[in-house]
Amino acid sequence: MAATDTSWNARGELEVLTFDIGGETLALEATMVREILDLLPETLVPGAPALVRHVVNFRGRIVPVADLRLAFAMEAGETTADSRIVVIELPIDGEPTLIGLRTDHVREVATLNAGASEEAPAVGMRWQRDYVRRLVRWRDDLIILPDLTAIFAAVLSPRS
Amino acid sequence: MTEDPTATFRVEAGELLDQVEQGLLDLGHRLGDMALVNAVFRGLHTLKGSGAMFGFDALAAFTHHCESAFDRVRKGEVPATAELVSVILSARDHMAALVDGAARQAEGDAILARLAAAVEAARGGGAPADAAPAGAQQGVRLFFRLPADAMANGTNPLMLLDELRELGEAEVRVRTDTLPPLGALVPNECHLGWDVTLRGDITREAIEDVFIFVMDDMTLEIAPLDDAAPAGVVPVAETPPATTIAAVAPVAAPAIVASAAVSPAVENVRVPADRLDALMDRVGELVIAQSRLSQLANNRHDLLLRSVTEDIERLSGELRDTMMVLRMVPVSSLFGRFRRLIHDLARDTGKAIELQTSGETTEVDKTVIERLFDPLVHIIRNSCDHGLESPADRIAAGKSETGLVRLSAHQAGGEVLITIVDDGRGIDRERVRAKGEANGLIEPGQQIADDELLGLIFHPGFSTAAQVTNLSGRGVGMDVVKRTIESLRGAINVASEPGKGSTITLRIPLTLAIIEGLLVRVGESRYVIPLSAVEECLELSLEDDLRSRGRSLITLRDRLVPFVRLRDLFSTGTRPDPHQKIVVVATGRERVGLVVDQIIGNHQTVIKSLSAFHRGVGSFSGATILGDGNVALILDVAQLVAMAQPREETLRAAS
Repeated sequence: MAATDTSWNARGELEVLTFDIGGETLALEATMVREILDLLPETLVPGAPALVRHVVNFRGRIVPVADLRLAFAMEAGETTADSRIVVIELPIDGEPTLIGLRTDHVREVATLNAGASEEAPAVGMRWQRDYVRRLVRWRDDLIILPDLTAIFAAVLSPRS
Repeated sequence: MTEDPTATFRVEAGELLDQVEQGLLDLGHRLGDMALVNAVFRGLHTLKGSGAMFGFDALAAFTHHCESAFDRVRKGEVPATAELVSVILSARDHMAALVDGAARQAEGDAILARLAAAVEAARGGGAPADAAPAGAQQGVRLFFRLPADAMANGTNPLMLLDELRELGEAEVRVRTDTLPPLGALVPNECHLGWDVTLRGDITREAIEDVFIFVMDDMTLEIAPLDDAAPAGVVPVAETPPATTIAAVAPVAAPAIVASAAVSPAVENVRVPADRLDALMDRVGELVIAQSRLSQLANNRHDLLLRSVTEDIERLSGELRDTMMVLRMVPVSSLFGRFRRLIHDLARDTGKAIELQTSGETTEVDKTVIERLFDPLVHIIRNSCDHGLESPADRIAAGKSETGLVRLSAHQAGGEVLITIVDDGRGIDRERVRAKGEANGLIEPGQQIADDELLGLIFHPGFSTAAQVTNLSGRGVGMDVVKRTIESLRGAINVASEPGKGSTITLRIPLTLAIIEGLLVRVGESRYVIPLSAVEECLELSLEDDLRSRGRSLITLRDRLVPFVRLRDLFSTGTRPDPHQKIVVVATGRERVGLVVDQIIGNHQTVIKSLSAFHRGVGSFSGATILGDGNVALILDVAQLVAMAQPREETLRAAS
């Protein structure tokens, strides 16, 4: 499985949006992010894959909402006043698709350093390894760069 | 946003090529029609010119050869022949390939060789067909006036005058009667008219040639100089002389108006479809915001607020209606494309085929038109290939030698009916039955309704053609057609009379963007059922519900109809409402009851597509946004019916 490449710039930096899900801090390229929304009324799609069970009305467009906690086997949590939906754009099956990510708390836009990043270790990690692109040390935290392409590909063609 | 200029050229070239194709096809029927020859010539000329301008040099060079060949036809040196028309038609295809950048050099060379041969053969064919000598005249008096924007469009009146002078001894007088006062004069507009007296042996065609590229918009009057000019020399005017402008110089014979009729120009703007879609989204949101405003206004006793709200309601409704019409195009753009198909089919099958079309002005959503093309091609091919007999068979059957295919469209409510009729041999029911039995679709000797029998041709892998030709009969036909039509939320129906022909009817919704839906509630969620599929609504009493636990069937007018509890299907985990309803939906002959908790009402719905994650779920064909901003899913009736059917069949087998 070739993991999705991370496009560090010439100085080995990457501008990301950091947010919390299930007690962990994740980061995604800021260029991917379209909008940060307060929680919207969600509509359940019966029979849909668990990771993307709901859709919301994002300015007249029907956007699936993904719960990344399921991909990282995290406990389901209560929504709080800090809960937000981060709308990102990602090519799915070759077409640019808007996806809402349910997050517990959106932190900030930060600049990560390639030098402070490392491959996901083969052992000692709770998460499925191909769902993690890199682990990055940032201040006192360890930030996960998730591989959304791999995560959503698994939804579209479930492995038996 | 900068757009690739070559993309614009491609669109324009496509339209020019379509015009040229239509002109050529007409010319094939009326070889002597000089107006058509000129129209084709102009199309080729424009294509060459703008092709060179946008850097399509290969296209310009290739088109140049065809243009030259046509120029000779236009000048009467060579008559138009069927072969020439057919070569230029294939040349047109090559031009289309050149525009797309998918052309092969060798192909172009072969066409040019055929073109040269065709021109040579036509010249050997004797005197030009329509170069009837227009006769010698003492001279002509003509008056012309160019449209005001002629110079802006690149026409130089001085050059035209020079060209006229080349024809013979000329006397030019300018008319300034329409010149506006100096204050209102726009210097780059053309307000002059010219009276020209030409002496010598000049034909009308020669004069018209001078104006060939501006003819459509200009005023041109040509009259013989001498009223004693021999009768029969003057060509017949297309427009009655009554429309002649009174100011024309006094001539004894009534002046003849050549192409003075200037149709009021309708301005068109080319807009990319995705901008229209974006506008549509905005309008959809506006309608939603407006309905929320209406709700708020109704809760307050503020008359001013109410009257403003009503205005906004009316405006947003009108805006939406206008928006819908923007996407509509007449089906003529679709039907026109089949003339070429028929032409090619006639050539390939050796049959004489005539295409008649009617109702071309019927308007349908552009997306629908595009998606109808392939299925219609298939149906027409089938009609020509399997339906129509060979000329010999037709004469033996007492029919005219030429087979007829009729395409017609008309609007009926929110649907468009498109029918494809042929007067061929009809569908061979015995063969359909035999094939159905061989494929195990029906039991040998089973009694089956006629329309069900004919409906078998829509089953996958079903082809009755004894011979597989390269036109049709590969068995990948009608089932794909049916699926495409159903994906457009349409229906297909076939009727056939042995020896008389077949009729295929397509019912297509006017637009894919909007449906009338029935809004229902299941558990805590709301869903939309397309109203076109709804047959009736019944109550499912608690007793019936309990009684039917095991078998999920209701009796509806002596027919057992299976039903599906949407609460179970969607695993809502809620308790059923005491007064559940059954919505009976149908596709074709198959009916299914859908059990819902509540019927909320009718709802006109803008359809939104689902993302790749939810397209595969199957039970839903799309989603829509309700008045309160929430999302409701639209049920895919065909899927739900198909899901419920196998159970019915097992039941039938068991009983």
